[in-house]
Amino acid sequence: MTAVITPPAANPRTPVKRAGRRGGIAPPWLFAAPALVVYALVMLYPSIVGAGSAFTDWSGVGEQRSFVGLDNFQQLVKDDQALGALRNTLLLTLAIVVVQNGLGLLLALGVHTTIKSRMVLRVIFFAPVVVSPVMVSFLWKYVYNPAPDAGLNAVLNAVGLGSLRQDWLGNPSLAIWSVAFTVIWQCAGYSMVIFLAGLEGVPKELHESAMVDGAGTVARFRHITWPLLAPAVTINVMLSTVGGLTLFTQIIAMTNGGPGYATDTLSTVLYKQAFVYGKFGYSTAVALVLAIFVAAVSFIQIAYLRARETSA
Amino acid sequence: MRTGYRPRTLVLELVMIAAAVAFLFPVYALVTLAFKDPGQIANRPLSLPDPPSTESFGSAWQSASLGSALLNSTLITVTSVIVLIVLGSLAAYFLARQAGRLSYSLYILFLVGIILPFQLGMIPLYQLVNDLGLLGTYQGMILFYTGIQLPFTVFLYTGFIRSLPADYTNAALIDGASHLQAFVHVIFPLLRPITGTVLILNAVHIWNDFFTPLLYLGGSGRETVPVRVFAFVNEYTSDYGLVAAGLVLAALPILLVFLVLQRYVIRGFSSGLKG
Repeated sequence: MTAVITPPAANPRTPVKRAGRRGGIAPPWLFAAPALVVYALVMLYPSIVGAGSAFTDWSGVGEQRSFVGLDNFQQLVKDDQALGALRNTLLLTLAIVVVQNGLGLLLALGVHTTIKSRMVLRVIFFAPVVVSPVMVSFLWKYVYNPAPDAGLNAVLNAVGLGSLRQDWLGNPSLAIWSVAFTVIWQCAGYSMVIFLAGLEGVPKELHESAMVDGAGTVARFRHITWPLLAPAVTINVMLSTVGGLTLFTQIIAMTNGGPGYATDTLSTVLYKQAFVYGKFGYSTAVALVLAIFVAAVSFIQIAYLRARETSA
Repeated sequence: MRTGYRPRTLVLELVMIAAAVAFLFPVYALVTLAFKDPGQIANRPLSLPDPPSTESFGSAWQSASLGSALLNSTLITVTSVIVLIVLGSLAAYFLARQAGRLSYSLYILFLVGIILPFQLGMIPLYQLVNDLGLLGTYQGMILFYTGIQLPFTVFLYTGFIRSLPADYTNAALIDGASHLQAFVHVIFPLLRPITGTVLILNAVHIWNDFFTPLLYLGGSGRETVPVRVFAFVNEYTSDYGLVAAGLVLAALPILLVFLVLQRYVIRGFSSGLKG
């Protein structure tokens, strides 16, 4: 749940001071040293070694490894499991970004009103966000129980839609969407609270004057609310994209990548390659591809959405 | 937009409540399952438990060793968050108040960590932790979370400190306080709002994390709640009542904390926007 978020200002009234300080007043660099050491040890050094190992045949046992150039990547483009995982990762990400944020926006608009239950509803829709994805996954694994008289199938039967009963996680073409829906159910409330914070920043006066001018609900949403929600859209899309691209826990807990390879993602493949098959070099090559995707998507989104924010 | 309660508002209210009921169906299914004996599970999957049986809870608590898992999770989460707050705020104080190319480059270096997926360094880090003899230890996990969550923590603190006026510290420094004294007595208390956000976001993330504790702690006896639950569910997979009771018990602590602190938690998760 690492998040890319604009840091809040302490107090909007205090003028923002320049970072520059006169000599002698700025704190010594020793203040940053402990953090830098830990960060370098845990993230920078392993990431650099990892990126380097992607070009070796390292087995993970001992130090022995030799440079194999692009062999791992050539293997990757011929590896059906890895290519399928890439496809699954992109499909899952797309579904999660669109549906989670769409639902999150609808929920936010619904509770950003005068309805009496608005506070209770916020708490209900947000609650799954704080629960471990492992537990949410197992909860939904029961809901998706293939037995005809349990979970979702029992509900379908009870409301007379028994013909729609499915093996939700066992059907290779359906499983990936069942997993996506679990993530959406858990995270829609997160999108909702970010949209809510955005909605609270929309000046009431704008809506009031537009209403005086005869603008309807839809017109006001399109021309007032939506453009002002741009920062919330940026944050939500970025968070859900990175979350989707690195999806791991829900897959391992619900399907372990199956049936077959139908729900493997880049994260589950690189995990299995390393810790099941002992191919550490190949695994880090998959990790490097994942890292490039995440970085590229982050950069494109920041650039595109910033441009949208300023033009709106 | 908040203009009184009209018939349209009532319709919206009913629609939203219906959505919440549908949303909560999986939770209803799980909780009722946990209170049912095997006969009820087989014959009446959707009904309320009648009579409710609490037997599964005791055996789930035992089988999943949830007591010690909660202690492990608490220890790792609390210590990691404290270390993160201390290291993160100190570093951010330097980055926000020191002008010049060096501190700016350092700031950017920390930001890189926000978009760097940890999977890239996952295996070399596993080796490193192994070489340091920290696999299966609390220290290994605390070191990991501190390193992984520092970029985000430093980012939040730096933005906040930049928006604070420098006058307070300057005054303290002129009065003869050391930088550390000025930080502890003047700056840190002013950081309370952002420290709240840092605490909540990191605590929820660390408490719920699964991938790394599975790798580092599996089989050590120091497993956190998600790792224990994972092993437990996979072992008793067909005993639905027991599994459901275990899941309810394992999710309860953080849900209770959330319900008590809901305002702060929701504000913490959404606060990024108000900058």
